[in-house]
Amino acid sequence: MSFIPVFVLILLWLALQGPVITAIVMNSLPDGALEGLDSGARQLIQAEISSIAAGNIFGTPEPWKMEAARQLVRLHDISVWALLAITLGLSGALVLFSRRRVSAEFRARHGVERIVSGLMIFCAVVAIFVTLGIIGSLLFETLKFFEKVPFTKFLFGINWEPQIPIREGQVAAAGAFGWVPVILGTMVITVVALVLAVPVGLMSAIYLNEFAPKWFRATAKPLLEILAGVPTVVYGFFAILVVAPVIRDFGQSLGLDVSPNTALAAGGVMGVMLIPFISSFADDALSAVPQALREGALGLGATRAEMMTTVLFPAAIPGIVGGVLLAVSRAIGETMIVVMAAGLMAKMTINPLESVTTVTVQIVTLLIGDTSFDNPKTLAAFALGMMLFIVTLVINVFALRIVRKYREAYD
Amino acid sequence: MNDMRKVERDVDAREVKISARDCQVWYGDNHAIKDVNVDIEEKTVTAFIGPSGCGKSTFLRCLNRMNDMIDNCRIEGTITLDGQDIYDPRVDPVQLRAKVGMVFQKPNPFPKSIYDNIAYGPRIHGLARGKAELDEIVEKSLRRGAIWDEVKDRLDAPGTGLSGGQQQRLCIARAIATQPEVLLMDEPCSALDPIATAQVEELIDELRKDYSVVIVTHSMQQAARVSHKTAFFHLGNLVEYGETGQIFTNPRDPRTESYITGRIG
Repeated sequence: MSFIPVFVLILLWLALQGPVITAIVMNSLPDGALEGLDSGARQLIQAEISSIAAGNIFGTPEPWKMEAARQLVRLHDISVWALLAITLGLSGALVLFSRRRVSAEFRARHGVERIVSGLMIFCAVVAIFVTLGIIGSLLFETLKFFEKVPFTKFLFGINWEPQIPIREGQVAAAGAFGWVPVILGTMVITVVALVLAVPVGLMSAIYLNEFAPKWFRATAKPLLEILAGVPTVVYGFFAILVVAPVIRDFGQSLGLDVSPNTALAAGGVMGVMLIPFISSFADDALSAVPQALREGALGLGATRAEMMTTVLFPAAIPGIVGGVLLAVSRAIGETMIVVMAAGLMAKMTINPLESVTTVTVQIVTLLIGDTSFDNPKTLAAFALGMMLFIVTLVINVFALRIVRKYREAYD
Repeated sequence: MNDMRKVERDVDAREVKISARDCQVWYGDNHAIKDVNVDIEEKTVTAFIGPSGCGKSTFLRCLNRMNDMIDNCRIEGTITLDGQDIYDPRVDPVQLRAKVGMVFQKPNPFPKSIYDNIAYGPRIHGLARGKAELDEIVEKSLRRGAIWDEVKDRLDAPGTGLSGGQQQRLCIARAIATQPEVLLMDEPCSALDPIATAQVEELIDELRKDYSVVIVTHSMQQAARVSHKTAFFHLGNLVEYGETGQIFTNPRDPRTESYITGRIG
């Protein structure tokens, strides 16, 4: 433990030596070399000196630059040797110091525990601050967006045409930022996904937990987990190359007008992605119900079905609902599948056979390409992101509350 | 030990309710129950005693086919209830369990209200026509479970909120509500304090008027206090079965004597 201060010193030294040496070198440049240059040009000279020092000499640089580079190398050497000397000296001193402190009465554990708990607090705080930072940046850009587009127009507008003219007289849409059709598309796809995933996930969890023989469970569970590990891009391929054509052909054979990018294809494949998610949550919830409750119900002459519906399910419902709600927020936030398989045009429709677009798809398309960050088109992406964040946050909080509220109903 | 008995033991022969012949149980390769022959009489409290792992709970669970749920469990021999083989393929274990109720070692009230806990069995078996009749069954069962006075004002409260002893009496009342003919109790007092144990024992004594009660217990005092007949199990064998008084005062088998005097176990 006595090496922690030394370690911290080394880290700080390595972090600071670069800037400090550079500053010294830049300040010791001959008078007039930096006269009249702006910060960009100064950085250019600095970079040139650094690259000369690293041995990459292009053309014939001015002598003062060569001189500065030599000084940079010299200072760098000095710094390394000084660090070595100080490190060794400090380590020695600390070892001596700790040897003197070590005695039967010395309680090292208290110190160690303090350090470790400090470390853990630091880690926890990092996560929180990163979250706050994300919210902050999102909020900042969102507010800039709402300076250009009124909040009510965004929230209640039913037109989403973010293509605004870049130059005078360009033929383009006027630009409308009503998020309703976009969130409606997200909802249609989410509903389709859940209609598939919830029953299939729950049934498979019930079967695996209550009825399946051991060998089947031992094979099926890892397979389901593989399904959970499939990258969403691959699901996207699957949706666009397999599911969408099948749905289109089938729909056309029934005489229906099916668009090539249907919400049904994207949502269905997303549902497949969510199956392992829901089934593993439901499985955990069902496993957590004590065996004693099952036996209690069966001992009273309940059939297995009665036991499931009257005892097991009510006891497991908080976990199941929590899992479903987390799946909802995943479906809403899912991007890759819908980017590949859903459409780009925002449409006010709840028909799953039509092409719809989602919030995430719009964020991606708005930010792809060269766009400046003072353009409402770009800023709209942040507003959409903010709304998405709020929606999923509300759902997550709701889910966690349900799980927590009923968690220890039995025991 | 005789003065501890709560029950008067009338020796007149009663009708046999459950009868096991050459009963064998295997868990995989483990021969858990070997050649058990026993006749359990009607309106009698029968105690199964023996050291841990001797198979007494396993045998108890054979009596209402609770072992069916265990994958690698295999049962041979015949067990009859009122002369009917309970392992006959025509017998529905669900219906059997309605007739042969069970109370478990750890109180296991459902995470429902007290009322719904008791009404569970009557509801699934359709014993009550209408709410009034169900109310009546619930009250009667709770009274018989000797817990009515403690819970009558909070029938809507969750059953899991009761104390351990109350929960166990609730579970007994729940088993009674299904109107079984036999009540199996698997160490019903092992999780209870002495006062709650005394209440449950009084209850068992009360129940024997209408039911056959089979109780597995680790406590020999409890067996001596509540039972008419006692069966001693050891290593999967039924070593000795007879009048409780005789087993505890004058055991025939040396293994029984060693166990009740505390030399093996």
